[in-house]
Amino acid sequence: MLISFYKALKAFGTAFPVLLSVILLLGLFRSFVSSRMLSAVFTGELFQDTVIGSLIGSISGGNAVTSYVIGGELIKENVSLVAVTAFIVAWVTVGIIQFPAEAAILGKRFACVRNILSFILSILVSIATVKTLTAIQ
Amino acid sequence: MCSIVFLYLFLFLFEPEKVQKSLKASGHILVHIFPALILIILLMALMDYFVNPKTVSKYVGKGSGIRGWFLAVFTGMLSHGPIYLWYPLLRNLRNQGMKRGLIAVFLYNRAIKIPLLPLMVHYFGIPFFVILTGYMIIASIAEGHIVEMIEGRFSNQM
Repeated sequence: MLISFYKALKAFGTAFPVLLSVILLLGLFRSFVSSRMLSAVFTGELFQDTVIGSLIGSISGGNAVTSYVIGGELIKENVSLVAVTAFIVAWVTVGIIQFPAEAAILGKRFACVRNILSFILSILVSIATVKTLTAIQ
Repeated sequence: MCSIVFLYLFLFLFEPEKVQKSLKASGHILVHIFPALILIILLMALMDYFVNPKTVSKYVGKGSGIRGWFLAVFTGMLSHGPIYLWYPLLRNLRNQGMKRGLIAVFLYNRAIKIPLLPLMVHYFGIPFFVILTGYMIIASIAEGHIVEMIEGRFSNQM
């Protein structure tokens, strides 16, 4: 158990500089990016915002913890929940950065099909999630 | 990390007030999520202790049947560490007869991170987590079936 704790601490330690960098970038983001700038990208139009969120999530990568922090902060900046959901789902399910490794080890066709499907599903999952959440609240 | 420090130093030359505000905002975010981060480390240790590639290979390998689909969902959710570390194991399992659809299901469900639950709940709430997880499980099975169908069609043509 102690070894597992050490391994977890080590894994977290490896991810921490990236997380800290993201937090520092978010600090800059809060001071330098205005709500007006954000509303130019995320217009509030459901489908367009979701696709933009998915696209940004797909080309980003790394630990999921980072996507939750960015997503949570974007919500505070009034970016729609559906766009943020698409962003965090695509962040982990679509792997543009890992694509070369996935294609080399598991096959090019498999990697292509899986990533394209994951991108489409990130849009559908986020819309379904937010619609359901709105309906029950 | 270094590039961010340089960016801060560079911006400080032109907008010192805004940079100070940024540092304060970053500190505020870090303090806010700190308890969740501690919980994440503890949950990661528990996952490491109870789940390893051998366990995964035992349950979603060749001949796992319908049970394999469900197990691919759960083992995917419980798996941890960088995704590329799992590729060689998945290739071995595929060579031993694991369905490609199950590999897709496993990879999709890695998106559901139980150890990160405290942070997701902190930002988005429990109802959001429950609904999102439900839809993601459904999506993973749909993806697995489509992958299986496409891969099957290509193998039949060969």
